[in-house]
Amino acid sequence: MTPAPMIALVGNPNAGKSALFNALTGARQKVGNYPGVTVERKSGRMALSDGRPVELVDLPGAYSLDPGSPDEAVTRDVVLGHQTGEKRPSALIVVVDAGNLDNHLRFTLQLIALDLPVVVALNMVDLAERDGLKLDANVLARELGVPVVPTVAVRRRGLDELKAALETLVGDGSAAPHVAAPSPEDITHLQRRARAISVAATVSETPVRQVTHLLDSVLLHPVGGLLILLALFFVMFQAVFAWSEAPIGWIEGGFAALQSVIADVLPDGVFRSFLVDGVIAGVGSVVVFLPQILILFFFILLLEASGYMARAAFLMDRLMARVGLNGRAFIPLLSSFACAIPGIMATRTIDDPKQRLTTILIAPLMTCSARLPVYGVIIGAFIPARDLGYGVGLQGAVWFGLYLVGILGAMLVAFVLRSTIARGGTSGFMMELPKYQMPRLSDIAIGLWQRAWIFLRRAGTIIMMVTVVLWALLSFPQAPAGQNQVEQSIAGRIASGLEVVVKPIGFNHEMALAIIPAMAAREVAVSALATVYSIESDDEDETARSLGTQLQGRWSLPTALAFLMWFVFAPQCLSTIAVMRRETNGWKWPSFALAYLFGLAYVAAGATFWGATALGL
Amino acid sequence: MDRINGNTVRLDQLPLRQTAQIAEIDWNMLAPNEARRLRELGFGEGVAVEVRHHSGLFRTGPIACKVGRMTVALRRSHAAAILVTISAIAS
Repeated sequence: MTPAPMIALVGNPNAGKSALFNALTGARQKVGNYPGVTVERKSGRMALSDGRPVELVDLPGAYSLDPGSPDEAVTRDVVLGHQTGEKRPSALIVVVDAGNLDNHLRFTLQLIALDLPVVVALNMVDLAERDGLKLDANVLARELGVPVVPTVAVRRRGLDELKAALETLVGDGSAAPHVAAPSPEDITHLQRRARAISVAATVSETPVRQVTHLLDSVLLHPVGGLLILLALFFVMFQAVFAWSEAPIGWIEGGFAALQSVIADVLPDGVFRSFLVDGVIAGVGSVVVFLPQILILFFFILLLEASGYMARAAFLMDRLMARVGLNGRAFIPLLSSFACAIPGIMATRTIDDPKQRLTTILIAPLMTCSARLPVYGVIIGAFIPARDLGYGVGLQGAVWFGLYLVGILGAMLVAFVLRSTIARGGTSGFMMELPKYQMPRLSDIAIGLWQRAWIFLRRAGTIIMMVTVVLWALLSFPQAPAGQNQVEQSIAGRIASGLEVVVKPIGFNHEMALAIIPAMAAREVAVSALATVYSIESDDEDETARSLGTQLQGRWSLPTALAFLMWFVFAPQCLSTIAVMRRETNGWKWPSFALAYLFGLAYVAAGATFWGATALGL
Repeated sequence: MDRINGNTVRLDQLPLRQTAQIAEIDWNMLAPNEARRLRELGFGEGVAVEVRHHSGLFRTGPIACKVGRMTVALRRSHAAAILVTISAIAS
């Protein structure tokens, strides 16, 4: 069987490309990576009306064939046939926003000049009409010399016509030969042609008051807009905690049930311990974060699809500029509150390499959801639930303070990096503010499903491997009867060595032991402490509660505070480091991040310990 | 060529909602990649432009302009490279 012909979707950002991709392929999508770069490769299957299958690839949005970011470079390389591991597409669907032909036709003209079969999807014709713009697709087709199909991706209009047009274009599906990059045509000249074609294809234009402008006058207001932004994020973070409580309970219950079933079925021994304490406990302790991550992504996808995210970047640019970044860096940093991994991957839209590097390096300082169990246990045990008035509790205030220390730390580090090793580059901020759109629930659902899948796959591979290794380190060599297994294990011995290093900052032997497995995932610190203090429990919440009382008796307040501070800064997550390596193409920057984050954690924890001791806490 | 007359100001000084036309862009004030992005976003001589929003409490943040059919955010320092001619006062 010959492989199905590949058709690429290309277009400017905000042309409605992804909505069209979703409408054409439905949920039959595959998300992968282009080799060597971490740009996502989204592909899906689609059947033409004669039943022939084709593979549809959704290329990153670009403004031209002259790339400004790693995302755009992939788009160029694929359409030219230069991308390794990817054949050149048999045909292109060029997606243009009917309401913004002046701009989008420029890229279209460049793409048509590549000599691939092209069909133009004149997308969002309904929004253009709402804005008083009437276009003639036939005139446009004649001027461009390629078929033009009016579509409304979100209403599934024009899809059959698009497939019919493709049928005649695809041919036998053989990949087109590679071509050299065309000599860059003068952009001014292209723009002039684009504008002339746009004018020719416009039947009539009646100015109407646009919805987008009305919304912007409120949402971009210098004071009101900022207040709305703050309120939105407040609601978002509240929801992350409030909505996730129940599903987290179900997941924990499910894993606990699975553990007890296996414990009943298998005889006691190394293999049972491996399954129950190693695999299930390890993977389960990470999978419980799925609800929080999905809720956060739900909001992020919603804000992106509606067009609000670009406004948030606009409102935040002034603040980001103070530390040498721009508004665009705000979006990845926001994602990092769920998890630094998607956050670091989202930095690909930042065009300036130095700003991108800085954003990658500070992303781990945003308080990710894996820190929550650690904060929860320590705060619950050591900070009294005192009411500070106005509905603010002392515990909540400390919690908020830890978030704030992370953010301020990140800003400080960004400032230092941008004035030293990541100095220079451009300081600009230029961004299209797209039209507002009502997000389509099915598009959000597809996005969430993909995030969930990526997360679970990671939990099933990297995290599982690391937890299995840690389980082995904690279980071998087996201690003689009557002796503490943890102390005798390899991990216990490593901890004894580490204790020498962390003693000056107030850490004890058990803490030294807990921060080793926490390298796999921060939340493991909680279950590690629980194991060390020999508390038998397979439910993390219950562990947390009884662990709290255990800790109260054993740790001093300065020690507990130092432990919290350590977790604000320490790079306790190997997956993040692995993603950094992939994004920066080497070990240089991940090593740097490890060094500076551990350094900061050490200093901050030490300062907290000695400060609190001096204050007599 | 249009003469630069009394109606020509820098884009960052253009009053809100005053329509104008781009007279000249000082490309030398911009880094090459910034200049390219500015062109890609539709800035060019002769294009209609209008400032729609300021940001920052003291209007020190970026501005949002309507360029052609798009709304584009850019910093004031870049807007300063763009000279615009104020259109005839609407009757």
